[in-house]
Parts: sequence; structure tokens; C-alpha cells
Amino acid sequence: MKVGRRWSSRVLGAWSGVVVAFLFAPIFVVVLFSFNEPGRKLANGTWVTGRYNYKWGRFSLNAWKEWNAYPGLTSAFYRSIRIALVVVLISTILGTLMSLALVKYRFKGKGIVNMLLILPLTMPEIVLGFSLLTLFVTANVSRGVITIVIAHVMFCVSYITTTVKARIRGFDWRLEEAAADLGANPWRTFTRVTFPIISPGIAAAALLTFALSLDDFIITYLNSGRVETFPIKIWITKRSSIPPQINVFGTVVLLVSLVLSVSGFLAQRRRTPT
Amino acid sequence: MAIGGGAGAKPAGEGLRPSKRWVPWVLLGPGLVWLSLFFVIPLVELGRGSLKNGGLSNFSNVFSDNGEVILRTFLYAFVATLLAVILGYPLAYFIAMKAGRFKTLLLAAVVLPFFVTYLIRTLAWKILLFGDGPVVAFLRWTGMLSRNGEVLNTHAAVIGALLYNFLPFMVLPIYVSLDKIDRRLLEAAPDLYADGRRTFLAVTLPLSLPGVFAGSLLTFIPSCGDFVNAELLGGDRQRMIGNIIEKNFLRDNFRPQMSALSFVLMLLILGGVLLYARVLGTEELA
Repeated sequence: MKVGRRWSSRVLGAWSGVVVAFLFAPIFVVVLFSFNEPGRKLANGTWVTGRYNYKWGRFSLNAWKEWNAYPGLTSAFYRSIRIALVVVLISTILGTLMSLALVKYRFKGKGIVNMLLILPLTMPEIVLGFSLLTLFVTANVSRGVITIVIAHVMFCVSYITTTVKARIRGFDWRLEEAAADLGANPWRTFTRVTFPIISPGIAAAALLTFALSLDDFIITYLNSGRVETFPIKIWITKRSSIPPQINVFGTVVLLVSLVLSVSGFLAQRRRTPT
Repeated sequence: MAIGGGAGAKPAGEGLRPSKRWVPWVLLGPGLVWLSLFFVIPLVELGRGSLKNGGLSNFSNVFSDNGEVILRTFLYAFVATLLAVILGYPLAYFIAMKAGRFKTLLLAAVVLPFFVTYLIRTLAWKILLFGDGPVVAFLRWTGMLSRNGEVLNTHAAVIGALLYNFLPFMVLPIYVSLDKIDRRLLEAAPDLYADGRRTFLAVTLPLSLPGVFAGSLLTFIPSCGDFVNAELLGGDRQRMIGNIIEKNFLRDNFRPQMSALSFVLMLLILGGVLLYARVLGTEELA
């Protein structure tokens, strides 16, 4: 039995390894193909650069050196960042207030509010995006940056509330009463007691929201009008070309997210010594 | 999603009765207004829009025009979800039970794909499966593919990409539910003469079903509504519901049909979820 056990746990390990490799392969490709120069060599030795970065041509640092060269890609990227910042600001405020209400207080109608928060997460993006578009068309609202922000905040509020709720559930709210007993006014109680305790949860939720907004494509595409966010730019470009600069941006986003989450993880471990 | 938590255990401090009744509603107000304006009202608008120029016949037309596409969409999403359980459960089990000090590292590895923009990682799939690239060469060598066979523009390519894009959503909830299992239960099982298989089937598996349920929804629902994977990796014969909507969403005269199609997609998913909840016997949906 012992032998059988060891064998089965080895199979489990190997299977897990294969699945992790499956998850990693495309990421490896993203990084690798940022160093690609698509195209082919002619018989006389000259290189013809291709427009689609689908096939390995030759190693090149060009896409990194000329990361800004593809028209419209960089500005679309910055636009996405700006949209994400606004979305984080609005949805973090709305979501944090909602989660405070849901965790701190008991009131009638809580179940319905919770339901309303969960529902957007259980619907495919295309339904959310298309129904929002229907509203904008009926109300004669022209689509652009503002409608994109509206759409993003709509689904981000749910994520923020759910995340912050989970993080502040264990908080002992009597600390607030203690602060009040010691003569702190409500504002001082919030800034000195409540906020410092709930802020790590809010920060985590805000980071998640930033990533969701930056990455969202389907809902955004349906409600963007002529505004091009980074994912939309890639989608439109693919008809005429797929430049390796796309992979450069992908790699940079990957690295930045990695650094952020590793440092967040380390900071958290330092705060809670085990 | 809100799997876990449950009723029962209410931590200290939850559920204070406010001295003033309106306090929670003031806090909820802005968020509720936003959700009502941009989530609830649009759904009502979608329902109304689906009944324009043709009424209920729009709905029967949805099935006669797109029957094959609807069937294909749900088949793709179903197969992708099933494969995600088969691939994801053992990995989640390994991370929760066997990984030891590599636990955090492996969890990070599962989340890593999310650090690459959705469209870019789907394009990376296209690179992998492109023309006579490494994957195609390997499949031809093993004989699983004919000498001129290709992977792009097949059902397998689209299902594989859906599986890849949503697999982390399957692994993480299963991991959470496995990780929460009280280890003393697993120690008690052999004391009561259960062997490894029996322990798994009678203790571990039932306790991890909420995770499987949540993971399945998080994989199945986005798969049903996706058009990116089918567009980038499939051809005309791999179209999904999303592709139909994406092609027509800007055409005013098609909007009633597209509204009806979205509505049908939503209702079918809702029906599927309720059926699944029933089969799995999970009542912790919300």
C-alpha cells in the first residue's frame, strides 16, 4: 500500500507539473516573441520584415528599442492607464462605503443588496456590455471615455465590495466606540482607527480593480465608440498587422505586476511575523 | 465568489444595530444608484429592446437563425469547463495538500497568466498553434494530426484557448475549499479504517464540491459569452454567440435580434446554473 501511495502521489506531482507548464507556455511565448523580428530572408540575403508577429523570424532588439514606433499603440496604452486610475478612484470609494454598510450594520434588505452585488459577476460580459449599449443608444448618449468609465465602475464596484468585505469581516468595531469614549470625534475616529485597519484590504481591492479595468475588452469594446483603449487597439490592429511592440508592452505589464505583487507579499509577511 | 462564509459563524462586531436607521443606506446609496442605473435598468432595456419590431417572434427567430451557433457555444463552454476540472482539480489538490513550502510559489504560478493582458495571451496561443509551429510539428510527428493537418481553425483550438484563459478561475476556488478542510478529519479517516481512496471519496471530495461549483461557474459563464478566442483561433465554423453579437452590435436594424440573442444567452446560463446547483446539491450560491 505504501508503494502504491508513493506512486500515485508521483503521478499527481507530474500531472500538476504538466498543468503549470500549460499555464506558463503562452507567457513564455509573449516574452520570447518580444525579441522577434517577423519576416524571411530572400535568396540574395536581404531581410523582408513581415507584418504579423506569429512566426519566429530572427532575434532582434528592435521592438524594445523602438517600443514607441507603432502608431497609436503607446497612446492607447496611456489612455487605458488613465481610465483605470479614474475607475479605481470611483469604484474604491463606492465599494468601500458599501462594504462598510454590509459588514458593520444589520438592516432589512441586506440580502437583496448582496444579490445585486453578486449578479453582475454571474453574467457574461457580452450581456452586460450589450445591455449597457442598449441603454446608451435608447438614451442617445454618445459613446466614449465616459461610457467606458461608467461600464468599468459598474462591474468593479462588485469586485471591490466583495473583496473589502472579506478582508474587514474580522474587525472588532468596538474599537471605534472606544475611540469615541476617549473623546475622538467621528472624523478622527475614522482617520485614526477605522481607516488604518481597513486600508490593506482596500489597497488589495484597488490593485485588483486597476488590473481588471486595464485588461477589460469585451464590455469596453461594445461601449467605446471611437475611443481606443489598449486592448481595443490590439483588436483593431490585428486586421492589418501584429507588431512585436504588443509583446513588449505585454512583457512590461507582466514585470510590473510581478514586482508589485512580490513586494506586496513581502511587506505583508514582514507585518505579520509567524 | 461568496462560497464559504456560510451562515452560522458570525464574527464579533458584525450586525451592529445602527442608532440611526438611515446610516447604512447613506453608505450604500452611491453604489446602489450606480448599479441601478448601469446594471438593472440596462437589463430592463435589453428585455424591452428584444421585443421591438417583431415582438416574441424575435425569440423564435433567434433559435431558427442561430440554433447551431447556440448549441456550439454551450458545447464549447461545457467541454472547456469539464477539461478545466480534470486539469485543475489535481493541481489544486497538489497545492493544498502536498506542496509544502512551495505552496505560495505554485499559487503565484497559477495567477501569473492574469498578469498578461487577455488579448495578448490569447495571441500567444495563436503563435503556439500557428502554421507549422512546434505544437503542430509535434502533433504531426505523433500521428495525431495528418501530415498537412493544422490546429488553427478547429474546435480543439478554440476550446483549448477557452480552457487556458479561464483555468485559473477553476484552480483557485477548488484550492480554497481544499485548504479549508480540517486536517483532523483526514487523520480521523484512516483511524476508522478508510484507505486513501475511501478517505478522498468520502471526506475530501464532498468537502471540496463548493469549490468545484464556484470554479465551474467562473469558467463556464465567461466561456459562454466570449468571442475573442473563437475570432482569433477559429474560423467561420467555430463561431460562437459572442461573435454574432460582436459582428452586429453597431447595426441599428439588427439590434432587436441581438437583444433577443443576449437575453436567450442570459436565460440559458441562468437555467444551466440552477440545474447544476441542484445536481451538485450546493445551496451556498449567494
